[in-house]
Amino acid sequence: MNVADKKRLLREMLFARRFEERCYEAYVERKIGGFLHLYSGEEACAHGVLEAARPGDDYVITGYRDHIHAIKCGADPKKVMAELYGKETGSSKGRGGSMHIFDAEHHFMGGYALVGGPFPLAAGMAKAIKMKGTDQISICFLGDAANNQGTFHESLNMAKVWNLPVLYVCENNLYGIGTRIDRSTAVIDQYKRVSGYDIPSAQADGQDIEEVFKSAKKAVDHVRSGKGPYFLELMTYRYRGHSMSDSNAYRSRDEERMWSKRDPIIMLRDRLIEAGEISRDDYKAMDTEILDQIEDEIIAFAEASPEPRVEELEKYCLAENDPWVLGGGR
Amino acid sequence: MAELMYWEAIRRAHDEEMERDPMVICMGEDIGVAGGTYKATKGLFEKYGPERVIDTPISENGYTGLGIGASFLGMRPIIEIMSVNFAWLAMDQLFNSAAKVRYMSGGQLTAPIVMRSAGGTAHQLGAQHSARMEKVFMGIAGLRVVTPSTPKQAYGLLKSAIRCNDPVYINEHELMYNMKGEVPDEEFFLPLEGSDVAREGRDVTLFGYNISVHWCLQAAETLSKQFGIEAEVIDLYALSPLDRAGIAASVRKTHRAIVVEEAEAPVGVGAEVMAIINEECFFELDAAPQRVSAVNVPIPYNHTLEKAAIPNPGDVVAAARKMLGR
Repeated sequence: MNVADKKRLLREMLFARRFEERCYEAYVERKIGGFLHLYSGEEACAHGVLEAARPGDDYVITGYRDHIHAIKCGADPKKVMAELYGKETGSSKGRGGSMHIFDAEHHFMGGYALVGGPFPLAAGMAKAIKMKGTDQISICFLGDAANNQGTFHESLNMAKVWNLPVLYVCENNLYGIGTRIDRSTAVIDQYKRVSGYDIPSAQADGQDIEEVFKSAKKAVDHVRSGKGPYFLELMTYRYRGHSMSDSNAYRSRDEERMWSKRDPIIMLRDRLIEAGEISRDDYKAMDTEILDQIEDEIIAFAEASPEPRVEELEKYCLAENDPWVLGGGR
Repeated sequence: MAELMYWEAIRRAHDEEMERDPMVICMGEDIGVAGGTYKATKGLFEKYGPERVIDTPISENGYTGLGIGASFLGMRPIIEIMSVNFAWLAMDQLFNSAAKVRYMSGGQLTAPIVMRSAGGTAHQLGAQHSARMEKVFMGIAGLRVVTPSTPKQAYGLLKSAIRCNDPVYINEHELMYNMKGEVPDEEFFLPLEGSDVAREGRDVTLFGYNISVHWCLQAAETLSKQFGIEAEVIDLYALSPLDRAGIAASVRKTHRAIVVEEAEAPVGVGAEVMAIINEECFFELDAAPQRVSAVNVPIPYNHTLEKAAIPNPGDVVAAARKMLGR
């Protein structure tokens, strides 16, 4: 990873942080409704892994903490914010919301809100890739708690049996909603669990983007070269509660302080400052620029966008004018 | 025109569509090397190979989800669930992913999968292999449900379902795979919406679907010959969406309705059809609509109890005679 890449990634991650924190404010202002699961603290995972892959070309799928993955794949942040606002201009035309961001054009195949649901979908996309014979891969991001669902085991089994080009990325933030991993999960190290399926795996520091990139590169190369599935566990931490309705009372302040010292953005920033690649003023200027962009372009777009039309409530439920519904060729 | 068995008609549809379109694959337990529990995929493994005729592990939710994921990228998976009882395990993926993805993505992704499954009470298979679950599927927005009552329908509906861009659930019946019927030699497609008039009549409409169409036809024969009652039989081969206009048209003609279902009455096809009759043509009725349904119990193993749990043509005759006072 060269210096220019690192600087760009610093900017992308800072953008992600500011985007999510602005979502928090918009939620408090009641501009965003429903559930809102923020990614703050975990930025190095999505950015490091997708930096090692081909976002926009490889197929990516994830759970409900999905805004940043979509944006890193190429989704327009304006449309993502408009979706959170429930507007017609949103990435899912206001029908999806925070947990269901989609951008098929950039091969971001969605956020899904049933824990573990994307595991088999990712394997299915990998099956289709394999049948089409391209060198794309399917990448599934999910948290550690999803691994206790049956879909995890069913999917890893099938992925191995059929040698599918799928990369499973476990963003291990140590909590399933409010339950700490050691209280819900028999084997704490998630990368060890997949040994039961004879799938190669690794664990890496999910806060250090260079470490994430390095381990993801190895994982992506493995999958893309036709060697079958791979499982990468990234150790990370979310700063906010599980969702906005979570007061976060189950975590100790000491634990939170400890993780905040390993902030992925600060770590990369300080490294670049130490190396003389950027100054503190450069960073501050970049931050101001990002905050302005979010306010002036992204929030303004979401605010000004129209609501979906009630007359179109039933649109998108079933395919429109599908000739085969009428018996096709007759 | 050839006479085919129900399973042969399904197999022919698979074969033709797989030959035409390399994106069509089929998957399920024992469908490949073993040729399918009900032979619906017999010989396809030899012809199309293991990449397209996929023997899955026994993990229904997992492989259903895999088929759905493949469909996002343009594949056309036909997912066989050996017995509908096991489809409960696949409901998360079918209902939460396939049925909702088009809507919640604002039309960006569709899941053009077909799920085929055998339902029904066969011969002493016990409670966990005798379910009738069509009523559960038909309550899900974003999912089409069809249920063929003849080999011809089994062929024509599967052909359309494979090409349709919506997820389609096809409800088959364990006792019907060896049923024979005429299927035209040339390729054809049946609509995924609507209903058929299986027998014309004027005195009462018997609504059936899948196997209960045959009970209705037998009952209509008896009613005509022995009691002078001319029953119309409507085959509701599409359960979702239901053919509101077709249901209302027949009731406007006969002014009486009996819905015959192998499943239990609560929240069932009969309940739905009766609601439609109320909404569409209540003032055309000369009698309160009736249901002939299963007793609301898990299906017992004992043969006598099993037979008593589900309706038969005699029950339909009795209901019609009572309704008409003859």
